[in-house]
Amino acid sequence: MNLALAPETLARWQFGITTVYHFLFVPLTISLAAITAGLQTAWVRTGKEKYFHATKFWGKLFLINIAMGVVTGLVQEFQFGMNWSAYSRFVGDVFGAPLAMEALLAFFFESTFIGLWIFGWDRLPKKIHCACIWIVAVGTVLSSYFILAANSWMQHPVGYTVDKATGKARLTDIWAVLTQNTTLVVVFHTLTAAFLTGAAFIVGISSLHLWRARRKQLKGEELGEKQRKQIPAMVASLRVGLVVAVIAGLGTAISGDSLGKVMFEQQPMKMAAAEALWDTQAPAPFSVFAVGDVSQGHNSVEIEVPGLLSFLAHSNFTDSVPGINDIAAQEAGRYGGKAEDYIPSIFMTFWGFRLMIGFGMTSFAAGLVGLWTTRRKLWLAPEHRPAEGTIPRLMLTRTRELSPSLTAWSWRVGILTMGFPLIANSFGWIFTEMGRQPWAVYGLMRTDSAVSPGVSQGEVLTSLVVFTLLYAVLAVVEVRLLTKYAKAGPDTDEKPPAKDPKLRLPSARDGGGGGSSSAEAAEDADKPLTFAY
Amino acid sequence: MHLHDFWFLLIAVLWTGYFFLEGFDFGIGVLTKTLAKDRTERRVLINTIGPVWDANEVWMITAAGATFAAFPDWYAAFFSGFYLPLLAVLVCLILRGVAFEYRHKRSGERWQSNWEHVIFWCSLLSAFLWGTIFAAMVRGVPIGADGDFTGGPADLVSPYALLGGLGMLVLFTFHGAVFAALKTDGDIRHRARVHAGRLGLAAVVVAGAFLGWTQAQSGNGRSLAALVVALLALAGALVLNRAGREGWAFTLSGVAVAALSATLFLALFPDVMPSSSDPAWSLTVSGAASSPYTLKITTWVAAVMTPVVIGYQAWTYWVFRKRIGTRHIPAGH
Repeated sequence: MNLALAPETLARWQFGITTVYHFLFVPLTISLAAITAGLQTAWVRTGKEKYFHATKFWGKLFLINIAMGVVTGLVQEFQFGMNWSAYSRFVGDVFGAPLAMEALLAFFFESTFIGLWIFGWDRLPKKIHCACIWIVAVGTVLSSYFILAANSWMQHPVGYTVDKATGKARLTDIWAVLTQNTTLVVVFHTLTAAFLTGAAFIVGISSLHLWRARRKQLKGEELGEKQRKQIPAMVASLRVGLVVAVIAGLGTAISGDSLGKVMFEQQPMKMAAAEALWDTQAPAPFSVFAVGDVSQGHNSVEIEVPGLLSFLAHSNFTDSVPGINDIAAQEAGRYGGKAEDYIPSIFMTFWGFRLMIGFGMTSFAAGLVGLWTTRRKLWLAPEHRPAEGTIPRLMLTRTRELSPSLTAWSWRVGILTMGFPLIANSFGWIFTEMGRQPWAVYGLMRTDSAVSPGVSQGEVLTSLVVFTLLYAVLAVVEVRLLTKYAKAGPDTDEKPPAKDPKLRLPSARDGGGGGSSSAEAAEDADKPLTFAY
Repeated sequence: MHLHDFWFLLIAVLWTGYFFLEGFDFGIGVLTKTLAKDRTERRVLINTIGPVWDANEVWMITAAGATFAAFPDWYAAFFSGFYLPLLAVLVCLILRGVAFEYRHKRSGERWQSNWEHVIFWCSLLSAFLWGTIFAAMVRGVPIGADGDFTGGPADLVSPYALLGGLGMLVLFTFHGAVFAALKTDGDIRHRARVHAGRLGLAAVVVAGAFLGWTQAQSGNGRSLAALVVALLALAGALVLNRAGREGWAFTLSGVAVAALSATLFLALFPDVMPSSSDPAWSLTVSGAASSPYTLKITTWVAAVMTPVVIGYQAWTYWVFRKRIGTRHIPAGH
């Protein structure tokens, strides 16, 4: 059989495409849920309209996004069984438990309370309504925790034995699975990256609106009434986005460093591949750029920072870091077969690792610069402090504004940065998963023995084509819808509910008592819904 | 009772909950073309399930996740065996979910009518496909000695399986019509009741035939009892619907759906997937189950969380208990 069309290859392509696609929506969902919840809380507590408009605006974009996250998540749950039945049978005893917990603890939370939130604006008391979006946010975090615990077990299996009679993995310690350091660090890294993603999204779209308005002002044109009214909500959003980007960016860097150290211990091959470090070295250099010759097992071109890799792995500049050739020989000795069978795609891991860090940290840096230049008080001459709700000028020092061309470029970078974490996340997962190859479960089950034996090439090919086409069409639909709503900006004509809704509907039988007259009740019963599908 | 028997019961309950809840969702989806006269009425129907359809679907996701955890062999053989039908289900559920969320987000005529077609066809097909899949599973599919599916797509199709698909489709549509009568107001409410009357008769015939065939082919004493409950509930729902007791009619149409689901699971037990190649190779409750340790942990989680989930989901239905009529639909989209 043609190897390029072997069921294993097709199933891997399908997993890669559907998972990377799904993970475009996941981090945005996690972070936008929490940030929208924060904005709504600000509105409930202060009553300021700008927070109401910001909540509604980001909430709308959040909903367009979560719809895709939910439906593409269905595929994830089905395809373990569909394409990877041998894997499912082998790991089900261990892997299934966190998945079932995810469904029971997280999915029900998310799906039930998102419905309440969408339709509840005029049905639920303000505070309860606000609590609903918080519960959704908690649901998204719980969900990522459980699925990452399951993934971490594939990266570093713990708390199990392999049953001698059946040859299957058997869970012996659920706490080990739920609390091993791989899980905890990965959860920390993924969540901070998710918040960086949402923050960059908010910074990007707020910058788009503010820069559009600012350019008009610079040209001496009058802003339209709608545009003027949108500015306070967009300024508030920009600040929130920048603060979250900086905190989350810092968290991503710290957790990424910890995760790297854990991986140097648990999967040295993945980290050696990430650095294209062919031979064990002490001290080991960090590779900035390399062109490898995989067949010969060395790099033909390389630019390096001496000792830095030792520092990343062991926190000192001298210790030895094992290289690809040595680890491969070791694994071949331990598990049988040829050494080169144990080497993942060096090209993908090396560049995936660099693109992840590069794009992620660019957004972090953009956040830092943005937070500094748009500051409101700190180290700023009083006459340069922006008035409440006006577009901030980008201030470099106490009295100096960025030059007009630098200002223009800064706003443009702010807009562009919204896509960077999405690229970083995708390459991060591609690196993590491809760097584990040839293993599906590290050290226990190889990917080529994980596929469904009973599924034909034609079937896998069909589903690969169907999902790819369907996802492509949906991507066009989704992006166009997002663009439409993002460009329109907050609907400033929308007014917050005049009175706080009560849980009990006023019924016609209530008569005069309790403040609700029957006339009011009748009117209420006929009132159109404020929101309907 | 062994833990694995308890888990078989729990998974049956999850699927039953799914059929009960998303059954009327699917029915509503089908009715958007057969009951609603215009876009406003279509929106009335869609909005009766708007806040709840997503959580209803999670019952299925949980059923699948619980199967993975409690019966890995069942999960592996089921999902790889029913490959193409499940692919079709996935496509339908993806498109249908997006359709609910995106239809109202643009005002263009083509945009809206396209998504409305999606809602109708994907609801109809999902109901039909689940029916065929479950019927084929009860009937038995080729499974080898090592527990793997050994057949091809043709082994999943049979007159019995197709009747199963039709039976679930008609029953769910009836269930949906009764739900529509309970949740709407005005003209559409009365037409929903008339519609339900006709659909109920069709359900008695088609779902009745499917149940009878199931009993004759794979039945036992317990499944017979469930079958009788299903038929009695169906008849009761018809009578109460005619009498205008909408709440009770809905309760009984729900009981009918649940009893149909129970009949299938009782006909399966103690197998989870009978093998048509050799009965000795059938996957059984005890053979396909996870280790006692895993079952014990998941039992704790399920025992604590299931009542909580049912509690807050029920609360959602209470919050959105108001009937919806055409006058409640805001203008515009």
